[in-house]
Amino acid sequence: MPPAVGGGLAGSELRPRRGRCGSQAARAVGPDVATEATARSPKRPAPSSRRFEAPGRWALLALVTLMSFATRFHRLDQPPHICWDETHFGKMGSYYINRTFFFDVHPPLGKMLIGLAGHLSGYDGTFLFQKPGDEYEHHSYLGMRGFCAFLGALLIPFAYLTVLELSQSLPAALLTAALLTFDTGCLTLSQYILLDPILMFFIMAAMLSMVKYNSCANRPFSAPWWLWLSLTGVNLAGALGVKFVGLFIILQVGWNTVSDLWHLFGDLSLSMVTVGKHLTARILCLIVLPLALYTATYAVHFMVLNRSGPGDGFFSSAFQARLSGNNLHNASIPEHLAYGSVITVKSARMAVGYLHSHGHLYPEGIGARQQQVTTYLHKDYNNLWIIKKHNTNSDPLDPSLPVEFVRHGDVIRLEHKETSRNLHSHYHEAPLTRKHYQVTGYGINGTGDSNDFWRIEVVNRKFGNRIKVLRSRIRLIHLVTGCVLGSSGKVLPKWGWEQLEVTCTPYLKETLNSIWNVEDHINPKLPNISLDVLQPSFPEIMLEAHMVMIRGNNGLKPKDNEFTSKPWHWPINYQGLRFSGINDTDFRVYLLGNPVVWWLNLLSIALYLLSGSIFAVALQRGARLPAEVEGLSQVLLQGGGQLLLGWMMHYFPFFLMGRILYFHHYFPAMLFSSMLTGLLWDILLRLCAWSLASFSLAGHVHTLGILSLLLGIAYSFYLFHPLAYGMVGPLAQDPRSPMAGLRWLESWDF
Amino acid sequence: MLGFLQRPVVVTADINLNVVALTAVGLLSRLWQLAYPRAVVFDEVYYGQYISFYMKRIFFFDGSGPPFGHMLLALGGYLGGFDGNFLWNRIGAEYSTNVPVWSLRLLPALAGALSVPMAYQIVWELGFSHCAAVGAALLILIENALITQSRLMLLESALIFFNLLAVLSYLKFSNSQKHGPFSPSWWFWLVLTGVACACAVGIKYVGVFTYLLVLGVAAVHAWHLIGDQTLSNVRVLCHLLARAVALLVIPVLVYLLFFYVHLLVLCRSGPHDQIMSSAFQASLEGGLARITQGQPLEVAYGSQVTLKNAFGQPVPCWLHSHQSTYPVIYENGRGSSHQQQVTCYPFKDVNNWWIVKDPGRHQLVVNNPPRPVRHGDVVQLVHGMTTRLLNTHDVAAPLSPHSQEVSCYIDYNVSMPAQNLWRLDIVNRESDTDVWKTILSEVRFVHVNTSAILKLSGAPLPDWGFRQLEVVGEQLSRGYHGSTVWSVEEHRYGRSQEQKERELELHSPTQTDVSRNLSFMARFSELQWRMLTVRSDDSEHKYSSTPLDWVMLDTNIAYWLHPRTSAQIHLLGNIVIWASASLATLVYALLFIWYLFRRRRRVCDLPEDCWLRWALAGALCAGGWAVNYVPFFMMEKTLFLYHYLPALTFQILLLPVVLEHISDHLCRSQLQRSLFGALVVAWFASACHVSNTLRPLTYGDRSLSPSELKALRWKDSWDILIRKY
Repeated sequence: MPPAVGGGLAGSELRPRRGRCGSQAARAVGPDVATEATARSPKRPAPSSRRFEAPGRWALLALVTLMSFATRFHRLDQPPHICWDETHFGKMGSYYINRTFFFDVHPPLGKMLIGLAGHLSGYDGTFLFQKPGDEYEHHSYLGMRGFCAFLGALLIPFAYLTVLELSQSLPAALLTAALLTFDTGCLTLSQYILLDPILMFFIMAAMLSMVKYNSCANRPFSAPWWLWLSLTGVNLAGALGVKFVGLFIILQVGWNTVSDLWHLFGDLSLSMVTVGKHLTARILCLIVLPLALYTATYAVHFMVLNRSGPGDGFFSSAFQARLSGNNLHNASIPEHLAYGSVITVKSARMAVGYLHSHGHLYPEGIGARQQQVTTYLHKDYNNLWIIKKHNTNSDPLDPSLPVEFVRHGDVIRLEHKETSRNLHSHYHEAPLTRKHYQVTGYGINGTGDSNDFWRIEVVNRKFGNRIKVLRSRIRLIHLVTGCVLGSSGKVLPKWGWEQLEVTCTPYLKETLNSIWNVEDHINPKLPNISLDVLQPSFPEIMLEAHMVMIRGNNGLKPKDNEFTSKPWHWPINYQGLRFSGINDTDFRVYLLGNPVVWWLNLLSIALYLLSGSIFAVALQRGARLPAEVEGLSQVLLQGGGQLLLGWMMHYFPFFLMGRILYFHHYFPAMLFSSMLTGLLWDILLRLCAWSLASFSLAGHVHTLGILSLLLGIAYSFYLFHPLAYGMVGPLAQDPRSPMAGLRWLESWDF
Repeated sequence: MLGFLQRPVVVTADINLNVVALTAVGLLSRLWQLAYPRAVVFDEVYYGQYISFYMKRIFFFDGSGPPFGHMLLALGGYLGGFDGNFLWNRIGAEYSTNVPVWSLRLLPALAGALSVPMAYQIVWELGFSHCAAVGAALLILIENALITQSRLMLLESALIFFNLLAVLSYLKFSNSQKHGPFSPSWWFWLVLTGVACACAVGIKYVGVFTYLLVLGVAAVHAWHLIGDQTLSNVRVLCHLLARAVALLVIPVLVYLLFFYVHLLVLCRSGPHDQIMSSAFQASLEGGLARITQGQPLEVAYGSQVTLKNAFGQPVPCWLHSHQSTYPVIYENGRGSSHQQQVTCYPFKDVNNWWIVKDPGRHQLVVNNPPRPVRHGDVVQLVHGMTTRLLNTHDVAAPLSPHSQEVSCYIDYNVSMPAQNLWRLDIVNRESDTDVWKTILSEVRFVHVNTSAILKLSGAPLPDWGFRQLEVVGEQLSRGYHGSTVWSVEEHRYGRSQEQKERELELHSPTQTDVSRNLSFMARFSELQWRMLTVRSDDSEHKYSSTPLDWVMLDTNIAYWLHPRTSAQIHLLGNIVIWASASLATLVYALLFIWYLFRRRRRVCDLPEDCWLRWALAGALCAGGWAVNYVPFFMMEKTLFLYHYLPALTFQILLLPVVLEHISDHLCRSQLQRSLFGALVVAWFASACHVSNTLRPLTYGDRSLSPSELKALRWKDSWDILIRKY
């Protein structure tokens, strides 16, 4: 008898899960209990006749894994030159081996692992990774590629197990595995030194452990339950530690956990104490543990990278003081600013640089013809300024005078040391930002006018009224016009030596553009203190590193007149990415999904939405479904729902992103979409077989359907495999090409 | 049939005096001294230009929102007999006598005034008491920021009006669902919901969030309807269809109608034509249409054409060449071919003319009959004034070293052969044998030797290139991009055999006659697409703010200052109402979560119907606040305090709901209830007092002394203008 459906949402959703759990947990214990569990489970969609024995299952899993490793490791050493983004991530791996500090928009874990793999496989970090196409020659690169391929190969068993767990159906799992094994896109992306295989590994591992722990729900606080729960946490940390895209799987696990807790909370047979224990366990495993691991990766990152390198300039002065080789490292300078101090002033905004002036004038027609003031990224004598009192010109370094510290709110003059001109502003429009005022160097030997007076203000005034080197964030407010000294970050034309524009902005809003800090400080009358005292604490470094990364990510904007990949291109496999080679003589690798797989996925999403809503409406209308269909519909709605959610979570947010996007961003979503396809077709074919049950051959419809899908996918892989394994010879338009006739879309350029 | 013969016709008028009274005070507060100040106040300077364009029926382009809001304002001008002659250039400029200020400001003011009784009705329809409903209406009435915003030629009050109308009519509809589905009033409210949603979206894109909210609530209700097994399947289907038509189809149609009227009214060419495609421009009276009128449609061998780039970024421009050559060595040391420059030039010029030549023949005139050029044909492009051929080769372009240089070929005899064959690729072709058409065809030129595509890189050349824009050949054909697409704008069949004659011909205007029209849908989709994709430069503004400043009113906007006295108008809210509305939202959220958790453990604090009412009020009011507020955190444009007003309105509606709930369910004794009532009265009195105190800044009718103004600066972040004498 089919069970009644209308009996309350909570009940109807919990029951099947519990029901399935029984079998799951049993299988985890041992094969001998499994048969008994099967008998107990009423809603198993798979007819028991078609069930494999446990050894058969293991053999199948081994086969799937073997296939996956075979495809991923085949011709791994080809091509023996840098492909696409290997130039970035290989280089960053080398930085870890060389312990040089660098800056990247992604969190460090992925590159650390690449570096580790390289180190263990005997790569010494000496290869320069300059540009795609450079030959590796004698450098050992296979270790790093092999590591990525290893993780990429594990995706397939993971997907297999996930679908098996969700659908309890081997054909569905097998179909999923085939879709992913034979997808040229996944294959290509797994074979190179990239972050994506690592990211996808953690995403899939998190998904698998989440599904596994869901099926242990009937035995809370048991050892496997704890294991899978904490593994979920570990993998979440891993995913977030590789790329911020890991946030999406965190959201999915979070959603799953919240709804899980909501069901537990509504279960009146559980006491509040038990619910509290459940909550605490999840907080520990899914929040505290991942955070601790994530922080730990940063701790390792900062510990390993302790030498000055190409990333210094992106970070604040205080941060740079940590790096050996940086001129701020182990430096000792006076701590508080006094009149007469010679200083450099750095903008708080990333990659803007130091306040700078030089002996060139603004050209005719651009404001007043006075000396240029700019910001400059490199260290230079022209960055030095002397702080003077606004009203006297006496030398404050005269030893007979007492030391006078500069305080918050003082009116000062900044004299450019090399040219003896004062920092000056007036009611002329700035060269590029028309609404701001021009900033110039003015006066002769330090004598100017009242437009040279600036009020110095400290924004973070927790250190008292004095102004601290490095730590104090200061604003300079022009006394006469009331505007604030800032850098617009725009590049000046030739006449300004392509340095950045400095303006005085009349908008008093506190933005990073108008905040500065003092970096170098020379004052012979003051005692030097070691900068180690000023070293920022670990949380501060963490915070700064994240701010810089987020800003870096936001800074990756597409330029005008540039072809960019749009999110809607991705699921239809509109256009690939060139990994290597352009011309017909090159060894070409082209990242493109296997069109058969991708278009099947696309079709499946539409079919899923259709069939899912038909079932949902039927259930809501209280239709009485036969037991078999009822079971299938539960798998479709719940298991399929989770996968669909995963696909949406990893796809739709890209529509909201302003940064520049690439085709490979879709691959995590593609994994979910393939799993959904496997699950859906299995169910559809079963439904088909069920509805034809009166005919004699009905039983074979399902088997035949699955087999033909598997064969079709394998054949399409045979057709398209040169995309991934590399092709030489004429381009696809040419009938002699290995890809002749396969350029199904004009936008594919291979 | 003839029932009225037996019984007398009785009209029972059911007039709720509350509504009448609220409407009256609403009108009074919004219309009082409406024509004061007779000067341009704040964004009137911006919307005013568009009103003038409507009055003169000149096409304009405004990427900030759909046209319905602008049209409403223009309707006021039309009713007042405005001729559009006013120079909207400066905030504070005095209106000349021909500007009917009162009628221009009338429609926003009416929308603002009618929001007051609508607030009353919404709270009443939500199932709360008359007292709460009157409270909500009074709070809307005395909210200073809403008053200010309604009294000027601005769009927010109309947006708020339609948002509220959508919610109200949906509530009326869903309440009539119980007793009379498919009755006339049921249909009326259902359709009105859809229309009001479309109007809200038509005024500003943010209206879409309220629309989505209403759709969401309707979807939940429909889902319950599906689960109702007392209804037959057919009846459920009818219900769903009716909702789909009214809430999905009708809004789309109404939205299209706005654009239809917009394009119908604006039929003359104007200053923003350049943004649109040539085909669109040709559909406007004057402007390009005057030039292109009577051009031959099909481009033939021997045609003289100007080629406009379809991208329009950074500026619309035409393919151009001139006598000057590329410098032998660039500043950075790279070399060039030293051939004649090819650029993109943003002005009409005789050097923009090109002649389409058949590579197999020498003649530069059109045969009789003309031989049209088709998709896939190989052509040469001859520069009209210099008779050199468009060429590209494997030499790095001046500013984009990864692309190929495009030049007009000069033979220096240095073993650099001419590569001047281009295959024509019509992007928007219907079949592979399409003919290249003037204005309508979007074409790409694919270089035969190198398969590079002629592309505008958009970078301005240095002085040697006269700051014109760089044109390059790009190898990688990564899909469609506007910068590689060109269209023929001016076109004539060349007749002159000799170069001298031809130069004369090029200088003369085009003639002959073919008319062409774009369909409405084509014009709509082009205009809508451009509006959505136009990039506004994020200009700083003195009064811009961030969403975090809005919740507790940490910012204000100075709208207008009297030229002589210190009378001034500010967008400044009633701080008591803002703070307590925010507090009420918080209280609502906490209470809601509390009840929800308790219900989950089967502890029902509220009776079922009371809970449903509480949840629906929250979904619409707190939800309305959230959907109108949270998205601003993700927007990159410059934000102002007035963007918060729609959210605030919903928040204010929630306030009396929460108060009534506390009084009814959380006050346990009569004494507590009376005490709470007294507190509410005191609080309301203080809100009235604040409103009255801020009144001079709302209406700008009274000049305050500097000390009074200083006293009004309750928050340091408020910017109140104090004259220095």
